[in-house]
Amino acid sequence: MDAIVIEHLTKTFTPMWPWQKASTVLTDVSLRVRQGEIFGFLGHNGAGKTTTMKILLGLLRATSGKVELLGAPAGEVDAHARIGYLPESPYFYDYLTAEEFLTFYGKLAKLSAGSIRSRVPELLKRVGLDEARHRQLRKFSKGMLQRIGLAQAMVHDPELIILDEPMSGLDPMGRKEVRDLILSLRDQGKTVFFSTHILSDVEMICDSVGILARGRMLSQGRVEDLVGEQGAHSIEVVCDGVVGDEVPIVKQCALRILQKGSRCLIMLPGQEVLEEVLSAVRNAKGRLVSVVPHRGSLEEVFVEQSVQRG
Amino acid sequence: MQSVMAVANNTFRETIRDKILYNLVFFALLLIGSSVLLGTLTIGEQARIVKDLGLAAINLVAVIIAIFLGVGLVSREIERRTIYTILARPITRIQFVLGRYIGLAGIVTVNIVIMFAMFLATIWLSGFPIHAALFQAVQLILVESLVVMAIALLFSTFSSATLSASMTIGLYIVGHLTSDLKVIAEKSASQVAKAVMTGLYYMCPNLEVLNIKGQAASGVSLAIETQVLATGYGVLYAGLLLFAACLIFQRREF
Ligand SMILES: Nc1ncnc2c1ncn2[C@@H]1O[C@H](COP(=O)(O)OP(=O)(O)OP(=O)(O)O)[C@@H](O)[C@H]1O
Ligand SMILES: [Mg+2]
Repeated sequence: MDAIVIEHLTKTFTPMWPWQKASTVLTDVSLRVRQGEIFGFLGHNGAGKTTTMKILLGLLRATSGKVELLGAPAGEVDAHARIGYLPESPYFYDYLTAEEFLTFYGKLAKLSAGSIRSRVPELLKRVGLDEARHRQLRKFSKGMLQRIGLAQAMVHDPELIILDEPMSGLDPMGRKEVRDLILSLRDQGKTVFFSTHILSDVEMICDSVGILARGRMLSQGRVEDLVGEQGAHSIEVVCDGVVGDEVPIVKQCALRILQKGSRCLIMLPGQEVLEEVLSAVRNAKGRLVSVVPHRGSLEEVFVEQSVQRG
Repeated sequence: MQSVMAVANNTFRETIRDKILYNLVFFALLLIGSSVLLGTLTIGEQARIVKDLGLAAINLVAVIIAIFLGVGLVSREIERRTIYTILARPITRIQFVLGRYIGLAGIVTVNIVIMFAMFLATIWLSGFPIHAALFQAVQLILVESLVVMAIALLFSTFSSATLSASMTIGLYIVGHLTSDLKVIAEKSASQVAKAVMTGLYYMCPNLEVLNIKGQAASGVSLAIETQVLATGYGVLYAGLLLFAACLIFQRREF
């Protein structure tokens, strides 16, 4: 069973008054998140990530399409006992202390008093707020709020965790900690679905990605596949004892040649010409140092696709 | 039910920590105190005046709390976006609305009880008699606050807090004038006006039914059946409004 199934989801905001214009924010969005994976939901500002997540949690209603979480239709409240959610730029009850706050959310998740008592200190430690446990949330910094928000999403040990830009507002250390946290959730067998517009986060920790642009899915799949598809065509060859520009075949095939003394870096457009170039280098008495397929980054995929179809 | 109570408790705590109430209780103290002063100035009827003013002060403060906290019950959670994480829990929207309402009802009750205790102490210290009618009056003040809270909550599920507050105040005033509506309906010549006024008369809450302050101040008790009837009427009315509020809230998007 997939943790999240979205099929042909469309969302149109109907305004209060008939003379105002309706806006379609999501168009025919389909995606699947497998159980136990980390799924990165990528998209520019205003792409519709938050809207999609709100529909998943039943805060917004889908205009059409099918949305299921853990086998239950979106908005089915009982399934929420197994789901954790961190909204975008969350704002919490600032008159509660960190401990009271988590206790309240534990109660809402129907945890027993006993398990709340053991879970809360453990979680506070896990998100590094142990010392601030008796402090009111109004005295928290933005990063601390983000952490307590994460703790809140995990308090009931949910199977599926939905995080809307969990790393926003955090410093590099904080980002790393959140990344580690997400990875440790996967190690416990949880499914994590999170949105971001920062590619390096996704590239580092996600198993799968979905790219959303202007309310439509551009592509989705395994990170390696997406990156491989686009990036496999460029190869870097480094050799010694040749001047690239003086070998006609090399000069013909290379996209670019960088010469530094006797060392030469040859950038090739793809696999097809590799053999030819290597034998040419050998014939010219050159010594091969390395052949590296140049992996495209997710960033290239993202930019390329957004430009192509946007 | 556990979730409802969790929300109710949190609402209670929120109001306590927001310290809004301290001002109001202070205000009530001031009113009760000044009624004692006034009582000493007036010759004769001191007891009645002190009791009348005291009950009026309790009533006023209770209704102010009911209106101004009532309109924020749900709309503030939406505005502050705290509702996202709450509704992402295994709690239905109806449970959420009920929890908020019960929490505020708790706050109003506690406040009324505190003010009433201060009021009784004032009367006792002034050496005036304490009648059962005073308890009856304050109980109906509580019922009235429950109705007003439900009105405020209903309005706030579909309009802004400011607008809801104004509409609630409007309906509160009309609610105390419903008998006039009936008189107007009977006297108006036009059939349309008659129908409209009669309709309004039946739709608006008849809050005068819950107001026995004047008679209680003079020490005249209400028949127990009338008391029960008035309470039942108020609770039923509040329940219907709450039901409507839930229906609207159920359809809302955030
Ligand atoms: N309640 C609403 N009514 C009308 N339009 C809305 C509403 N909520 C969001 N939108 C529109 O939907 C689009 C997508 O918004 P959304 O918040 O889902 O984007 P996002 O991908 O989360 O962006 P960001 O990265 O900035 O958080 C935006 O153009 C926004 O203006
Ligand atoms: Mg967003």
